[in-house]
Amino acid sequence: MESTPDMSLGTLLTARVRGIGLLGPGLHDWAGAAQVLSGAVPYVPCATVLPAPAALPAAERRRTGTVVKLTLAIGFEAVNHSGMNASELPTVFSSSGGDGNNCHEICQTLASEDRQISPTRFHNSVHNAASGYWSIAAAATPAANVLCAFDASFGAGLLEALTQVVVEQTPVLLVAYDSGYPEPLRTVRPIPDAFGVAMVLEPVTQSATGSALTAAVRPLARITATLTDAAAEQMPDSQLEAMRVAIPAARCLPLLRKLARGESGRVVIDYLEAQRIAVEVSECR
Amino acid sequence: MTPLVLTHFTTTSAIGTGLAETLRSLQAQRTGLAPCRFETVRLDTHIGEVSGVDDERIPATLAAFDCRNNRLAQLGLRQDGFATAVEELARRWGKRRVGVFLGTSTAGILETELAYRRRDPASGALPGDFHYRGAHNSFSVADFARHYFRLEGPAVVVSSACSSSAKVFGSARRMMAAGLIDAALVGGVDSLCLTTLYGFHSLQLVSPRPCRPFDPARNGISIGEAAAFALVERAPDSLDADAVLFLGIGESSDAYHMSSPHPEGKGAQAAMLQALSTAGLQPADIDYINVHGTGTPSNDSAEARAVATVLGSEIPCSSTKGATGHALGAAGALEAVICGLALQHGVMPAGLNTTAVDPSLGVNYLLENRRQKVSRALSNSFGFGGSNCSLILGRAG
Repeated sequence: MESTPDMSLGTLLTARVRGIGLLGPGLHDWAGAAQVLSGAVPYVPCATVLPAPAALPAAERRRTGTVVKLTLAIGFEAVNHSGMNASELPTVFSSSGGDGNNCHEICQTLASEDRQISPTRFHNSVHNAASGYWSIAAAATPAANVLCAFDASFGAGLLEALTQVVVEQTPVLLVAYDSGYPEPLRTVRPIPDAFGVAMVLEPVTQSATGSALTAAVRPLARITATLTDAAAEQMPDSQLEAMRVAIPAARCLPLLRKLARGESGRVVIDYLEAQRIAVEVSECR
Repeated sequence: MTPLVLTHFTTTSAIGTGLAETLRSLQAQRTGLAPCRFETVRLDTHIGEVSGVDDERIPATLAAFDCRNNRLAQLGLRQDGFATAVEELARRWGKRRVGVFLGTSTAGILETELAYRRRDPASGALPGDFHYRGAHNSFSVADFARHYFRLEGPAVVVSSACSSSAKVFGSARRMMAAGLIDAALVGGVDSLCLTTLYGFHSLQLVSPRPCRPFDPARNGISIGEAAAFALVERAPDSLDADAVLFLGIGESSDAYHMSSPHPEGKGAQAAMLQALSTAGLQPADIDYINVHGTGTPSNDSAEARAVATVLGSEIPCSSTKGATGHALGAAGALEAVICGLALQHGVMPAGLNTTAVDPSLGVNYLLENRRQKVSRALSNSFGFGGSNCSLILGRAG
């Protein structure tokens, strides 16, 4: 099908990328993953390694499952990278399915003779559980949005975060993440492992916040998003491409590859069936 | 913010299918709460069940979306000429320029709960007629709506527990302001299921009686279900006096506890203050507050402290959850529509089931309907995870 021109936008959805956090199968943090995504070192598959959530009080830590550990790790990685204060950042959390294991346990209990589910399982079942734990761990009181758009969840999160950046003129922490389900849900929604990406985005009009910018907190790039009919870019590495297709949050990978390679230019990432998102990446000067 | 106009709205809940029946129930101070007879649930509680949901037939082409939540969504969309208005909007702006922003906490999880009873005894597999994407996934209700109307613009579900369908107004506003879309279908749909009925029971937050928000003897919530929708567009130069405007919104986080509100309602205060600020209004400009008012001891005392701190103790307020039950992910949109009716018909709905107002709460809680012009209404929606949202709606004239 011939693609039609990109739609014109009233406002450019432009932001500076100030920090990234990443965890996934064989991807242990942004610095290491950037080496893999840029092609400097080969991808070595292994199960996603989740660190313990040190930022939470012990009582809360005991109650946390995969997605809380995942999102706390990548959220703090991105925020530390940005040099900003986690407590002051509005957040956008986006996930296709949230905590798959917790959902399975509840459904199993409700199908049994004794339907009494545990209070902790219940409050962890809300789609905004990870966002709630983040706000407690980061002492973050600004707005927290929590989204789902099935396979388009990363794209939906990116659009929500960018509209906050340009309309509210505020930096935003975007956290997109997914975890696998155990059987029998795994067969009908085969997400192989946990994957999450966090990005701190800020308005291009914003002057450097906090202390003077050091090399470590210099923005990674400037990005501008538009909707497009063009097809999403694939990953050249077949294993990374399989990850991109299998895990909704990993639809970010072509954009991260571009950022890891320090390249300027356009990259198209997946979104809804009718439209994709074209991201123009340029260096921050 | 620049005010936007709700060009159409509708709601379906335990007190009515569509606006006319809902308004009649509010005017008659009729509750929709009744003893729980839902599915096989045997809990000593009252619920706000919508009648006729399972008689609703999903079109054969959308069979993969068939579940109680989407049946309720479709029942709601068919009321008050709303579906026709969506189609007209798509024709006017183009199917890619109308966004879909719906809130839900349950989506069609009931289908999964029921499918888990029918697992293959040997393999453990779910039955072949179970559709994960169309029923279980949180996005299923927005996915259904965009397929129902063949819309191709940006679409998303907000799922932040009980603030979900208030926060959709904020996402829609931002996307309109950024120029990505010209109009938005916003709303919320939440339906009865075992997870919420047994889950709130496990937290000992469910009352055996119809909930009594702000009563000194209040002892928990009554769970309800609802579909509520609005079309949000830029306001034209001239409007009818009783057109309903979306004037302001505030969003905040408690950063305190997963399932208990901050005792002084700090996050709630921040949400209300931000809503006033975005609307450019003072507390005295608010005529009526539709409080979140779940009927739990802790929610109502925290919310009352926050309301008294930000808005004072004089503004009439009520919770309509004594009528509808707590529609969870649909509560924000349901109560925004109820505020729309209050603005258009000059009625402040009473808080039902409450026989006396807890004197320690220090707010002007309405035990009887008040007929009076309402120019601006503020609606609170707070949820698990400490997610808070306050909306301000107003009359054009």
